[in-house]
Amino acid sequence: MALFDALLELADDHLVLGHRLSEWCGHAPMLEEDLAMPNMALDLIGTARTLYDYAGQVEGNGRSEDDLAYLRGEREYRNCLLVERPNRDFAHTMLRQLYFVAFMHPYWNAAAESSDEVIRGVAGKAVKEMAYHIRHAGEWVIRLGDGTEESARRMADAVDDLHIYTGELFEAGTETDDDVLPNRTALQPAWEATIDHVFGEAGLTRPIIPHPQTGGRTGLHGEDLGHMLMDMQSTHRAHPGATW
Amino acid sequence: MVVHLDARRAWEAAAGVPDPEVPCVTVADLGILRDVRLEDGVAVVDVTPTYSGCPATLAIELAIEAAMRDAGYDVRINRVLSPAWTTDWITEEGREKLRAYGIAPPEGSASKLALFGATEVTCPRCGSHRTERISEFGSTACKAQYRCRSCAEPFDYFKCI
Repeated sequence: MALFDALLELADDHLVLGHRLSEWCGHAPMLEEDLAMPNMALDLIGTARTLYDYAGQVEGNGRSEDDLAYLRGEREYRNCLLVERPNRDFAHTMLRQLYFVAFMHPYWNAAAESSDEVIRGVAGKAVKEMAYHIRHAGEWVIRLGDGTEESARRMADAVDDLHIYTGELFEAGTETDDDVLPNRTALQPAWEATIDHVFGEAGLTRPIIPHPQTGGRTGLHGEDLGHMLMDMQSTHRAHPGATW
Repeated sequence: MVVHLDARRAWEAAAGVPDPEVPCVTVADLGILRDVRLEDGVAVVDVTPTYSGCPATLAIELAIEAAMRDAGYDVRINRVLSPAWTTDWITEEGREKLRAYGIAPPEGSASKLALFGATEVTCPRCGSHRTERISEFGSTACKAQYRCRSCAEPFDYFKCI
């Protein structure tokens, strides 16, 4: 079931970050961002849906995308810790976004050559979307990092808070058959190049963290994920099988 | 030849379906209608979604299904992910319809897109190149918001992907 586990890791990353972004809907600092963040959330959740659907087929126990998204508890979630970090302020949200999409862009680029047809299909779409997400988040990190004293302080705080979670992106994760999913570790130089490009313009320094915080891939999450899942899953659990 | 003509008629029944969010263009104009073929009396329609999270995907599939049934076909919709849709597949006619509707069509080719750097977008109202981006994301997943600095009109730009 290596492929099933690996698909869940990917799908959970996308659903959890998509849900975090959707929490900004109606609360964004400006109208354009109130449109942008749900749009990005839709991209991420759309990708998650296809991956859950495929994971359910691979598993072969008849679990649907909804079963996998709404009926697993936090210890069964396999997302990396970065994506579950709470939104805090706009600087935190944009930096978290940049960290994740700067990884997913080269990931999907490599996955577009996968030997698996479904993965190729997902990757071909997602890589183009990630390019837009990088540009959007990157421009905000630059604008805030190189902005006022207050915005620069907030962006530097976000780097202090979030950078420790980035090492988990490059953990090997569940190994699949050769050529199905890309090697995560090999993508670190591409990620660092994107971050350094943005940080250079933003006046930020990329910290070196010898011992990154990890655990998400084995279901060891922070307290915040449980609160998020409670919010996300409560309707489905209260009304199982409801349709409209 | 009868079979061949019928396949053509089946294509036309699906091709006329408008996009629910950008109704000035049809699914054929956008290039998301990939193929219509007849298999054992059933019309099989290949449709490819625009964006991963496009909320219109299901609405488009249902609209095509309804149009095919109205034209007298048993129909099966086949969602095709690979190869991924690209704005390069929007027809010339589709681009002209977008422009007339007030939406700037995608500029250049998706295959030559750079990760950073600006795109020059032409105002669909006055044709000026003096435009500026307001936001990378607009009213739908496929559009960005721009403003024309010549005629001051804000407009949607159909992003190049």
